[in-house]
Amino acid sequence: MAETAVHIGRGHGAERRVNAALALGLLAAPLAALALGEPYYANLASRAAILALAGVGLNLALGYGGMVSFGHAAFFGIGGYAAGIAAQAAFSGVPAIGWPVAIPGTANMLPIWLAAMALAGLAAAGIGAISLRTSGVYFIMITLAFAQMIYYFAISWPEYGGEDGLSIYVRNGFPGLDSYDPLTFFLICYGCLMLALGFTALAMRARVGAALMCARMNASRLATVGIEPFPVKLTGFVISAMITGLAGALFADLNGFVGPSMLGWHTSGEIMVFVILGGVGRLFGPVAGAVLYVLMEHVLGGLTGHWQLVIGLVLLGVVLFARGGLVGLLAGEARHG
Amino acid sequence: MAEQGLAEPVLEIRNLCKSFGALKVTDDLSLTLLPGEIHALIGPNGAGKSTLVAQIAGQLAQDSGQIFLGGREISGLSVAGRARLGLGRTFQVSSLALEFSALRNVMLAVQGRAGASFGFFTPVLRDRRLTEPARAVLAEFDLASRADIPAAALSHGELRQLELAMAFALEPKVLLLDEPMAGIGAGGTPALTRVLEGLKGRVAMLLIEHDMDAVFRLADRITVLSEGRAIFSGPPGAVRASAVVRDVYLGGDDPGGEG
Repeated sequence: MAETAVHIGRGHGAERRVNAALALGLLAAPLAALALGEPYYANLASRAAILALAGVGLNLALGYGGMVSFGHAAFFGIGGYAAGIAAQAAFSGVPAIGWPVAIPGTANMLPIWLAAMALAGLAAAGIGAISLRTSGVYFIMITLAFAQMIYYFAISWPEYGGEDGLSIYVRNGFPGLDSYDPLTFFLICYGCLMLALGFTALAMRARVGAALMCARMNASRLATVGIEPFPVKLTGFVISAMITGLAGALFADLNGFVGPSMLGWHTSGEIMVFVILGGVGRLFGPVAGAVLYVLMEHVLGGLTGHWQLVIGLVLLGVVLFARGGLVGLLAGEARHG
Repeated sequence: MAEQGLAEPVLEIRNLCKSFGALKVTDDLSLTLLPGEIHALIGPNGAGKSTLVAQIAGQLAQDSGQIFLGGREISGLSVAGRARLGLGRTFQVSSLALEFSALRNVMLAVQGRAGASFGFFTPVLRDRRLTEPARAVLAEFDLASRADIPAAALSHGELRQLELAMAFALEPKVLLLDEPMAGIGAGGTPALTRVLEGLKGRVAMLLIEHDMDAVFRLADRITVLSEGRAIFSGPPGAVRASAVVRDVYLGGDDPGGEG
C-alpha cells in the first residue's frame, strides 16, 4: 500500500468537488426515484449507502492504516446479527441473551446500533490484538481465518437461525420516524454514512490520523518518534470494525433478514471491492465504489447472470491503470497538508 | 571537550553480547557517551556497527548485557519507549513518512514528544502546539522553505536534514547517527559535517560513520570496532597513531583519507 496516496480532508479543491457531487448525487437519487413513483430505487439507494458505510469502515483500516483486512465480513455480520437477534427477541418476547444476565430484545434502532458497534468493536479488539502482530499476507490470512471461524460458528448455532439465518419480521424503528417509509429509511442510512465520513475526515486530520497514516507509510518511523504503532493500529482497526458493524445492522434492517452469508468471505471481498473501486484511502472512495457496484449489479444483473465478470474487469482496470480508483480518476492525485 | 570520568554518561553500554548462531556480532562490548560529546564508532564492514545501533535503538534484543540512558536501564524497552526517554536517531537509509510534507514529518516527532497521539478532533495543521515547534526546528535546519513539500519530493541531502530535524524535535538526550554521510555524495559531506558541528555540545551524539574526514573532524572520542569487539578507544590523535587500528581497519592507508 506504500504507493497509495491518502487524502486527508481539506486542501484539494477537485477532490472536494467530487466528494460533494457524490454526496449530493446519492441524496438526489431516491428523491428522484420517489418523484417518479419508483420506490424500489429508493431501496437501491439505501443499499448503496449501507454498503458505502461498510466500505468507509474498511477504508479506515485498509486505506488509512494500511491494514488489509480480509475479515471485515465478520464485523458486518456481527452488526447484522445484533439487529436480527434483538428484533427477533423483541418480536417473540424471549430475551435476546438469556445468560449470564437476561437482556431483552428491542426493536429500537439506537440501542441496536450501539450493541452492533460495541460487539463488532469487541470482536475487532480480540482479532486485531492477535492479527496485528503479523503483517502483509499473514495479516490478510489471519483476518480471513477469524472471519471464517465466526461464519461457521453462526452456521452451527441453531438458536440464532443456523444456516437459515434470522428473519426480521418487523423492521426496527427509529424514535419518531417511520422506518418503513423508503425515503425515511434511506435518510437514516444516509445520515449514518455522512456521520461516519465526517468522523473519518476529522480523525484523519487530527493526531490519531497522523499517527495511523504514518503507521501505514513507515511503522519504524512512527516508533522512532516515540509513538507505539500497535495501539494506534489497534484503535484504527476497532473503529473501522465498529463502522462496518453499524452498516451490518442497517443492512439486516434493509433486507429484513440476516444470515451467515453476511459473514462469509465473499462479503469481505465485496467490501474490499468497494474500497478499491472507489479509491483506497480516499475519503469518498467507498461511496463511489459502492454506488458503482450497486449500479452495475442492478443494470448488468438485469441483462446477464454473469454481471460479476464485468465488475471483475472494471476492478482489473482500476488496479492496473487507476490506483486512486474512481475518486483518483475524477480528482487526480491526493495531496497532503 | 568533555573528559572521560568527569560527568555521568548519558548513554552507557555494559557488556553487551549478541550472537547470530555461532557468529558473535557484539562481543562483550562496553562503551559510554558523555554529555555533549561526539563519540564516533568506526570499523570495517561486518564489524557489528549496525547490529549495535539496532540493539541500542531497541529494534533488536541483546543476548546479554545492559544499556542505560541517562542512568536508567532501557534494555527491555520498545523502540518507542526508548525514543520517549530521549533517544533520537537517524537511519542509514532515510526513513520518513514520504507522503507527508516535511512539516508534517517534524510535527509527528513533536506529537511523539508530547506523548498524546489519541486526539480525534483537532486538526493537526491548526494545532499550534504541533506546528510552531515543528516550524522552529525546520527553520533551524534550513528547511523552512521546504516545509510544505512532500518528503518524497525532497533531495537526498534534504531528507538527511529532515531526519536530523525530526530527531532534534524529540529534544533527545542522545542522538544515534547511523552513517549520516552515506549516499549524500562528496559534495554534501562538508555541509552536513558543518551542520553536525553546529549541533555539537547541545546533545550527545554516537556517530557511526565511514567518512574519515568527517569522523576526525567531529569526534571527541573514537572507538574502533572489529568483529563485535571494541579494539581501541581514544581521542582522534591516538587513533591515528595506533598501529592496531591501522592494521585492522585503516589497512595501512592514510587515516585522514577515505576509510
